[in-house]
Amino acid sequence: MSENLPFEVSDIEREREDYRRKETLRARLTSVVSSLAFVALVVVVLHLSPGWPRVKESFFSPEYFVEAWPKVVDGLWLNIRVLGVAVVGVAILGTTLALVRMTTSAVMFPFRVVARFYTTIMRGIPMLVVLYLVGFGIPGLGLFGRVDKAVLGTIAVVLSYSAYIAEVLRAGFEDVHPSQRASARSLGLTQTQTMRLVIIPQGLRKVAPALMNDFVSMQKDVGLISTLGAVDAVRAAQIAVAKTYNFTPYIVASIVFILLSVPFIILNDWYSERLRAREQTGGMV
Amino acid sequence: MTAAADLAQGKKVLRIEGVVKRFGDNVVLDHVSFDVHQHETVALLGASGSGKSTLMKCVNLLEQVNDGQIWLGDTDVTDPRINQDKLRARIGVVFQQFNLFSHMTVLNNVTLAARKVHKWSRDKAEVKAIGLLKRIGMDDKAREYPDRLSGGQQQRVAICRALMMEPELLLFDEITSALDPLLVGEVLEMVEELKQQGTTILMATHEMGFAHDAADRIVLLRRGRIAENGSPEDVMDHPSDPETQAFFAAYNRV
Repeated sequence: MSENLPFEVSDIEREREDYRRKETLRARLTSVVSSLAFVALVVVVLHLSPGWPRVKESFFSPEYFVEAWPKVVDGLWLNIRVLGVAVVGVAILGTTLALVRMTTSAVMFPFRVVARFYTTIMRGIPMLVVLYLVGFGIPGLGLFGRVDKAVLGTIAVVLSYSAYIAEVLRAGFEDVHPSQRASARSLGLTQTQTMRLVIIPQGLRKVAPALMNDFVSMQKDVGLISTLGAVDAVRAAQIAVAKTYNFTPYIVASIVFILLSVPFIILNDWYSERLRAREQTGGMV
Repeated sequence: MTAAADLAQGKKVLRIEGVVKRFGDNVVLDHVSFDVHQHETVALLGASGSGKSTLMKCVNLLEQVNDGQIWLGDTDVTDPRINQDKLRARIGVVFQQFNLFSHMTVLNNVTLAARKVHKWSRDKAEVKAIGLLKRIGMDDKAREYPDRLSGGQQQRVAICRALMMEPELLLFDEITSALDPLLVGEVLEMVEELKQQGTTILMATHEMGFAHDAADRIVLLRRGRIAENGSPEDVMDHPSDPETQAFFAAYNRV
């Protein structure tokens, strides 16, 4: 506010400040009014719907909510473990695929083709189908005896997500300015050192927001392992629904998954904002 | 030993012999030959697209020549059997911009090659790096990240990094072209100082005044060929070739 400043302010500036203040006030009032109107609309539409009392009973029942909560949370622990292992698996496989696709040497040619084929095919297959193929196909081979369903689910998540992550990473690595690679090679660093010490750390920074977004998406997709029969949060909710014919456990499952993802979504937003701010202040050359 | 005495001895750090570089049908370097002697500063001039940068890149193997040879001391740079990483480590290079690794502090930038390529201990590398930074009055910035420095400071740190392993030859590829005009001076001052210390320098530049005053010799490239090769006085002050006259006249008008 200019009137708090120690120096003189002209009448023109004072008038402009006045105008801006009024505009801000008007904008705030408008948003409050429109929010209230929107909430009122939702409430009215729900209450006017003939089926609302039934929907309220079968989706938002407090008794069923309390009953399902501990089982679903128990199941969520499996999702968290699967997620933890899958993140490591995706990081390793995704980075490997990205690096293989970026190689130029003749020796790597067949691997380049395989990596390219893999990322193309995998990104095209629906996640659910990958789960079925891995979940029922690998045990069908009979090579490893009985494999835990959660392990199969984890493998499927890793296979599917690695293809996406590999492409995000590749975009990041290729986005690093060519002078950085030239500088690194000029210092005598080998190709491998250049990747490890210069290109990968900088590329990761560039795509960190996209990677975090994929992580959030993976957090909920680990719920798909329930289709293989692993008793995770979704499966626990399904079991509860099957017993009672009340759908509230699904709401419980939604809430626990949301609670799981919110911290990372906030972290993602904060980091993206910081990155943006940094890039805008940078570039002093 | 004075530069003149060395020139008389003819000790050549860099020999470029009949170098040809093509990109597709486009002949960028067409049988270019010249030498850089020890302690000599050679300015490589020419319009944009005349092949200056490409020639620099051929010297430190960021580009492959299509014909001819380049010798660094007794090493044939263009021989595909040599260890390219070892060769590059013998040449210090500074580019136009984005030289410094933005995710590393100034100190880590300067010590990186010593630690990772030459396997020095961190302590040994840091002592030397701090010494170099002190000489340009930037030792207090050792722990800063490059984006906290001005463009001129970034370039001077990049020069320190190139000097770290005492290279046989320094390549400067338009190191002031991306700078605010007010920051050009401090970088050129540093180059001048290096020259006084007897460093061997090959620099591509658009700073005509600086080339005239600081370089021992001017090599002017035109459409991939050497148009002039001589002292700044001969090439810049009294050019006989009309195209050369027009080239410098255009710069003088700016």
